[in-house]
Amino acid sequence: MANIVEMPKLGFDMAEGKLIKWIKAENDTVEKGDALAEIETDKATVEVESSFSGIVLKHLAEAGKSLPVGEPIAVIAEEGEDVDLDQLLVGTEKRIETKEAPETQEKEQQERVTEKEKEEAEDFVKASPVAKRIAKEENLSLAQIEGSGPGGRIVKRDVEKAVERGTGKKEAKPSTVEIRAGKEETFEVSKLRAAIGKRMQESRQNIPHFYVTASYDVAEMLQTRAQMNKDLPDEERISVNDFIIRAVALTLKDFPNLNASISGTTLTRHGNIHIGVAVAVENGLLTVVVRNADQKPLRQISEEARSMIQRVKNGKVRSEDIEGSTFTISNLGMFNIEDFVAIINPPEAAILAVGSAKEIPVVRDGELDIAWRMKATISADHRITDGAEAAKFMEHLRLFLEQPWRLFA
Amino acid sequence: MAEITMREAISQALWEEMERDERVFIQGEEVGVWGGTYAITKGFLDHFGKERVRDTPISETAIVGSAIGAALGGLRPVAELMTINFAFVAMDHIVNEAAKLHYMFGGQFILPLVIRAPGGGGRQLAATHSQTPDAIFAHFPGLKVVAPGTPVDAKGLLKSAIRVDDPVLFIENATIYQQKGEVPAEEYTIPIGKSKVQREGSDVTLVTYSKMVSYSLKAAEELEKEGIEVEVVDLRTLRPLDMEPVIESFKKTNRAVIVEEGWRSYGVGAEVAARIYEEAFDYLDAPIQRVAQKEVPLPYNARLEQMALPQVADIVQAVREVLE
Repeated sequence: MANIVEMPKLGFDMAEGKLIKWIKAENDTVEKGDALAEIETDKATVEVESSFSGIVLKHLAEAGKSLPVGEPIAVIAEEGEDVDLDQLLVGTEKRIETKEAPETQEKEQQERVTEKEKEEAEDFVKASPVAKRIAKEENLSLAQIEGSGPGGRIVKRDVEKAVERGTGKKEAKPSTVEIRAGKEETFEVSKLRAAIGKRMQESRQNIPHFYVTASYDVAEMLQTRAQMNKDLPDEERISVNDFIIRAVALTLKDFPNLNASISGTTLTRHGNIHIGVAVAVENGLLTVVVRNADQKPLRQISEEARSMIQRVKNGKVRSEDIEGSTFTISNLGMFNIEDFVAIINPPEAAILAVGSAKEIPVVRDGELDIAWRMKATISADHRITDGAEAAKFMEHLRLFLEQPWRLFA
Repeated sequence: MAEITMREAISQALWEEMERDERVFIQGEEVGVWGGTYAITKGFLDHFGKERVRDTPISETAIVGSAIGAALGGLRPVAELMTINFAFVAMDHIVNEAAKLHYMFGGQFILPLVIRAPGGGGRQLAATHSQTPDAIFAHFPGLKVVAPGTPVDAKGLLKSAIRVDDPVLFIENATIYQQKGEVPAEEYTIPIGKSKVQREGSDVTLVTYSKMVSYSLKAAEELEKEGIEVEVVDLRTLRPLDMEPVIESFKKTNRAVIVEEGWRSYGVGAEVAARIYEEAFDYLDAPIQRVAQKEVPLPYNARLEQMALPQVADIVQAVREVLE
């Protein structure tokens, strides 16, 4: 039986995908699970697997084409099958891409040209060659001298008068650096940047954010991490963020409101705890998701996070890597950041922004001492929770961050 | 010093050079028996004899052609044309032979020929007898073109013209033979190709030559009453053109008026203006004015003729305009 492959929905708000390239050509054999094509969502380029086995009978879209989700992009048939394509595709709608009118571009260019001509006309001062020369020698600005010649031409006597008067002198140039004009650049932002921008703007505009900051003594956590990494091979090193992922996941078990989504007045507590970790990429960021992080041991969390981040950096991220988080952590600790405030990733309830761990002076028993501190700020949705709950969350989190044995017990 | 007329100055130069060098002779229409249509060679025939003062047929072609032959043959002829208007009949001889043979024969021959010819209008001699086609002749490399405006310059320059081994067109003006001027008593020559400041001033540079020199000086006197100081630069030679005093003056005044009796288009003024623009652009304070004859064949009618020719009033007006 012939099967129609459709543009898959790779993200919860994906409306359209761009076929970057076909991995299986027409007449190639394909097994269920084989990578069929590379499709670009607004966040990333993803390899899409075939749900069917057989022969790729026809590509219905060419590389570079953007199609709405659900639109047929290929037909996979059994070997030796005879398929009437038209009949098969009856009922499916094909959308015609509209090309942007090049007229607007032309008009813009014309406007720019006439404006330049106007500018030049205004700058043109009628002055005789000798007047210009003397003005230049005397460091006078012709623009400030009135011309008594025909048609308002500035002539020698006008400049000589100006010299006598001592007016129209240009500011004596201080001996400074020669300023070179910078080049203004205008270009379209990447799809990823545009998607992030849209998302974050919606989040900011629709979610009533509030923030709670806490400072954690991470000395023991750092020590535990050092001990672990001493005995682990380099490629399996545990990061501070791995600790934080597990700590947050375990804390969330007691705070189901912060692991939820709201729609109108309907609150959905997710039950599963999937921690999203923000990863910086060129021109934007992606969030990789460690699923059920409350149930996975630290090393597994570390290994999964590492693999996903690697795939992100190599441009080979899978859709399940980046979808489905219920709570996000954003860590700028590697940049020597005191603290910061993040924007909630909808439809989540909250996001945790983590700063750098640093040694600072503290007061202990009335005495000045040095201690490790790491600040974290939770941004929470006030439709779902409130300050007290968020504060309690931050306090409960302290147990797991300051007493790392709790991550293993 | 003595005050003599242009006629006397030219006559004296001719006489003194014929005395000085027996190879010098003069030929032309009415130069002998009649003593010259403008009385330049009065008394010459009796003194120098008919071998050296030769009356010719009415054929400018013959006059110039044979003079060229004589020059190539080792003599130093002065060919007189009754007016420069008749030079056109001898044009081929003048521009294709006189101007070029020394070059085309690879320097094997010299051509020490002087063609004397008066030009200009104002005596109702009508269109074909009143032209000032100086610029046309000055156009040709190989020909020297001299056009003095004062007796002292006329005498000194004619002597030089006779003494150089090059073909020289010596342009006189038909209406200023009686113009007077101071001339040194002793022997002197004036080099060909040197302009001269005839009057000093600081407000505007007047560039001119020949008859227009006296007109320009008159205009300068008028303008002086208004407090405008005009500097008059006399070109004296059209080819080779000496721009040095002109530029020097222009750098001082920044404004120029060029005065010529010929027509404006493609005239002497066009050449001088172009050179001022080229050599003194940064000193330019106003566009250069040209005073010239109106662009029509010169009328016969007395009043119209005077209207068509450049007058002192035109020069004064031009100076005013350039000073605006």
